[in-house]
This record gives sequence, structure tokens and C-alpha cells, in this order.
Amino acid sequence: MEIISRIIAPLLCGLIFGAGLLVSGMVQPTKVLAFLDIFGAWDPSLAVVMAAALAVATPGFMLTRQRARPVLAGQYFLPGKSEIDAPLVLGAGLFGVGWGLVGLCPGPALESLATLSPGVVVFVVAMAGGMILHDKWQASRPIVPRDAPVVRAADG
Amino acid sequence: MANFTPVSAAIGGALIGFSAVLMMLLTGRIAGVSGIFAGLLNFRSEDKAWRIAFIAGLMLIPVIAGWIGYGMAPPKLPANWAVIVVAGLLVGFGARLGGGCTSGHGICGIGRLSVRSIAATIVFMVTAVITVAVTRHVLGG
Repeated sequence: MEIISRIIAPLLCGLIFGAGLLVSGMVQPTKVLAFLDIFGAWDPSLAVVMAAALAVATPGFMLTRQRARPVLAGQYFLPGKSEIDAPLVLGAGLFGVGWGLVGLCPGPALESLATLSPGVVVFVVAMAGGMILHDKWQASRPIVPRDAPVVRAADG
Repeated sequence: MANFTPVSAAIGGALIGFSAVLMMLLTGRIAGVSGIFAGLLNFRSEDKAWRIAFIAGLMLIPVIAGWIGYGMAPPKLPANWAVIVVAGLLVGFGARLGGGCTSGHGICGIGRLSVRSIAATIVFMVTAVITVAVTRHVLGG
């Protein structure tokens, strides 16, 4: 049974997620940049993608909250923080600058590796480097890494 | 708005939202791609199988699409390698520091009505719009 929870279910979710990114055109940086370019030939498609995703996800998450535990796991793995702090704002700000420079974020970048585009390979290696750099920097600080996942039982 | 594609955007978006809900319902995990990927880079972490499986699913889609005649065109990226490297570093570092990316904050977090995720999404949208405005309309790149 473990193969279903550890391999088949996440693989299926990755396939559906990837299909959504491909169908919506969000794997193409030109499409993403056309959304971000509000002073140019603006393309609102990305806003429709987000709206449609949230129209499904928001009621969907409310339904999952009715369950004490997930179907295939013992507990939910949810972020423990709830307040807006400086790392959140600074991190999101830097992320946005990188996203705006080339139009790639982690999902489409990893999916695009399948095209074997040298530029995408370089981007993903640099992205991994940025993540490792962050985690090493956090680990070198005397306090507990601030974004260590906190496991908690589901509400209710 | 000559390139606006609302129908494919709505279908694709619904699939992304459905995937995020299914992930939570079945495995209890957030379908946030930066967090899933970052967990693979930590050599001590032991829960790698589900992360590899999810990313394998993402990467299989262009291959499957190719088989059925809808091959994905390689993404158009800037000619300047330095820009690609800097962008990758910023996206990786920023996603970790900010605790998520477009999928984790923008879809899963907002879908869970998290105030942190709403704030993060507004911030990265604003800095991305400014970055595009500067590179395209100020520097004329």
C-alpha cells in the first residue's frame, strides 16, 4: 500500500499539475511576462489561471478540512507560521524580481526540463544553488531555521 | 490583449487547483513546487520518494504531450546567460526565504485563506511587474 501513498498519488498529482501548466500556457515565459507587462501588450491569461485554480482549490481545501486526516497519510503537513514577517516580504520580493527577469518560476522551470533546453537547465541549477545557499545560511545561524516545517494535527 | 486565452487558461487553472486539492486530500501535503524541490536538495532528508514522484509527473507531461502530437516548444529565455543565472538564484533563494512560490503561496496558500500567502503573492506580483516594466520599458531590453 505504501507505493500508492509515496509514489502513485504524488505522481498522479504531478501529472495533473503539469497538464494544467501546459494547457494554460504558463510553461511559456513569454505568456507569463505578457501578464506581468502591464504597460505593454497586456495578456490577462495568468489572472484567469489563478482565478480558476482558486475557484477549485478554495472550496476543495474546505472539504479536506472536514477530514481529521488525509486518505493516505497519518496527518496533514501544514506550515505553522501565520504572521507576516520580514523574511516573508523580503523573500517574496526577491522571488518576484527573479520571476520577472525571465518569466520562469519553479513549477514551469522543472516541467520545461523535459525539453532539454540548455537555458532551462542553467536556470534550474541556479535555482537549486539559490535554495542551497539559503538553507546553508539559515543553518549557520544560531537559531532554529525559521521555516522548518511544523507538523500539526488537522483543525477540528 | 491580442494574446488573451481565457478558455485554456481556465481549464489549465482548474486542473492546477484540482491537483493541489487532491495532493492535500490524499497525502496531506502542500503542492508547493519550491518546497517539494528544496526537500530533494537536503541530503539528510529521508522523505524523498513522494517529492521525486511529483516532480517526475510534472516532467513527464511534455513527453506525453509530444507522443500525442502536442509537443512543447522549448521556452524562450533571455540570450544573456548572466540574466538567467541571476534570475535562477533569486527565484531559489527568494522562494526559500519567503516560504513558497507561485504554487505554494499563490494557489495552495491563498486557497487555504492564509494571510501570509496573500501578502507574499501581492509582494512577488508587484516586484515582478516592476522588474518587467524596468527591463522592457526603462532599459528597453
